[in-house]
Amino acid sequence: MQLKNLYDDFRDGKTIKAYADIIKNDAKKLSKTINIMEVCGGHTHTIMKYGLPQLMPESINFVHGPGCPVCIMPKERIDHAYHLSLLDDVILVTLGDMIKVPGSRGSLQDARSSGADVRFMYSPMECLTIAKQHPNKKIIYFAIGFETTTPMTASLLEATIKQDIKNIFFHINHVTVPEAMKLLIDSDDSRIDAFLGPAHVSVITGSKIYDIFPKKYNTPVVVAGFEPVDMIQAISMIVKQFVEHRCELEVEYKRLVNFDGNIVAQEKVKKYLTPAKQFRWRGLGDIPNSALELRDEYARYDATKIYKDILPNEPIDDHKLCLCGDILKGVASPPDCSIFGTACKPTTPIGSCMVSSEGACAAYYKYGEGL
Amino acid sequence: MKKITIACGNGGVENNDLIEKVFYKHFQNDILQKNEDSAVIHDGSLVFSTDSFTVSPIFFEGGDIGKLSICGTCNDIAMMGAAPMYVSCAVIIEEGFDMKELDIIVSSMKKELDINGAKVVCGDTKVVPKGAADKIFINTSAVGSVLKSGISSNKISKDDIVLINRDIGCHGATIFTAREGMNMGGDLQSDCASLWPQVQALIDGGINITAMRDATRGGVAASLNEWAKQSKVGIVVDESSIPIKDEVKGVCELLGFEATNLANEGTFILAIKAKDEQKAIKILKRFEKNRYATKIANITQEHIGKVVIESSYGTKRYLDMPSGELLPRIC
Repeated sequence: MQLKNLYDDFRDGKTIKAYADIIKNDAKKLSKTINIMEVCGGHTHTIMKYGLPQLMPESINFVHGPGCPVCIMPKERIDHAYHLSLLDDVILVTLGDMIKVPGSRGSLQDARSSGADVRFMYSPMECLTIAKQHPNKKIIYFAIGFETTTPMTASLLEATIKQDIKNIFFHINHVTVPEAMKLLIDSDDSRIDAFLGPAHVSVITGSKIYDIFPKKYNTPVVVAGFEPVDMIQAISMIVKQFVEHRCELEVEYKRLVNFDGNIVAQEKVKKYLTPAKQFRWRGLGDIPNSALELRDEYARYDATKIYKDILPNEPIDDHKLCLCGDILKGVASPPDCSIFGTACKPTTPIGSCMVSSEGACAAYYKYGEGL
Repeated sequence: MKKITIACGNGGVENNDLIEKVFYKHFQNDILQKNEDSAVIHDGSLVFSTDSFTVSPIFFEGGDIGKLSICGTCNDIAMMGAAPMYVSCAVIIEEGFDMKELDIIVSSMKKELDINGAKVVCGDTKVVPKGAADKIFINTSAVGSVLKSGISSNKISKDDIVLINRDIGCHGATIFTAREGMNMGGDLQSDCASLWPQVQALIDGGINITAMRDATRGGVAASLNEWAKQSKVGIVVDESSIPIKDEVKGVCELLGFEATNLANEGTFILAIKAKDEQKAIKILKRFEKNRYATKIANITQEHIGKVVIESSYGTKRYLDMPSGELLPRIC
């Protein structure tokens, strides 16, 4: 298979149309509306970019989940990055998604224009080169992301230790998917009937992490790839489950996801990281065991410990008009929010769902769902 | 205090905001306000434009900063239906810059001037200490003589259609892969080219041109959005009609870009009367790089000020103005 097959074949208009017809036919046999939550922000983006809701019958409804790692980062943690980047002897390195996310003091883009040395990388391993080029600076890797990006952080720490590099430090903000899914489905006002499981997360974790949802929560999960053909096929699989009265864990994204996942990556993550007691998710609040932190034996690399005296930790709430919490739970949709598209826009985001293109509000704003 | 960020130079939302809030605020006048590719002056007989070039790397597949500095400014002149005539050349050079490289850059400027039938008639050179500039920055301004008057981005109507002369995104994709040291294989190179010969052929062929715009920073998405706002129309793009090379699609896939946001330096959109469609495409295709010249959009009275893109399977979405930190120093 070539790269071209991935973007041409998995975006093929005729295939998308054919699946839309199957869904419309099957949906006639449904007795009620099905609310499908796509957990992952990448899926939210695909749904909006390719206008999938426009192809759905009325009985299929999308609920946009909390799976955008930038969107769920609480402001006080963004402030950590901002704070650290402004220290004289620090080079702050992070992934490009973090560039414009505003904390309470500003974004990293603002910090950089005030003289901070902030670098946005495609691969965390570039920290190794930067550390060698700048032996007198402290390189702080501000690690973000779900299970997908966690193995890269573990690999960077492993290389840092192996190469005996003394000036790389880690600020870990890695969160995990299943606990947030449980919180959402357990909440009293939950409207979720089925989940579309994340694509890249599942490549690492395997589909096994969702096994509990059909079994304990009576909620089907279909793991889907990020292309529109992937997603619409996965949606048709969910609809078929309801029509046939099944409740199962299925994988549409079989070209990359199996039940066990990438064991090597999982072992590496386990070696260096351990579940944190809790993590405050922007829009959702504290969720126990929903994030990772460095194991105690690697504390000397942990920027949150080294700089704990100067890092602000007071929780900072979102604006009281912001509906992001309700949007993440699926009880509100972006246009329901009074500041959507007016005070809150992608260039001046107020709530979490507007800060990254993977957030539901940003995707609605950008692609104008409901044209 | 608010500071200038890299996003303020992206050719998109933040860039336009900066121009409006600072430069327009102080400089406002009737000519500037028209917001055309070049200023129409001297009772409409001349146009005038300027551009600065800071591209990194200064040598890239398909061109160099010298060629770019002439194409960029002369293309703005050509987009107004005018022949580039007189050009200024101001250069800021970093101490220690290689004399041989400077000679290569200036000789590519000369080559491109000849294609435009223009000449450099004034100039300036400054040398700054190491670190005060990155290698070399060039500013060029040009004056052109209007051959077809009335071309304006403010006059597009529902009687027009939008064509594009070639496949999009090559310049942005080339610069990025060069900077990241990626080798995509294939024949990816910048589209950097002077557009005057193509414009002249369209005028000579009697095409009813309403507007033209070279889709530089911010790409085709920015240019179409500017037109929708300036002419107060809606633009409906047929997604499958936009020509994009496989190599460019590949770069976009790997790095998460949209080809419609990538910069071009020899690609332009033109709004013409619908009846001239086939004739104009035939003229454009006479040029070597324009194999994929095609119609990409219709103009409507719905979605005023917006660009809507239609998929082959019947869904619609906005193609919005690029925002945030696009790749800096592409031109």
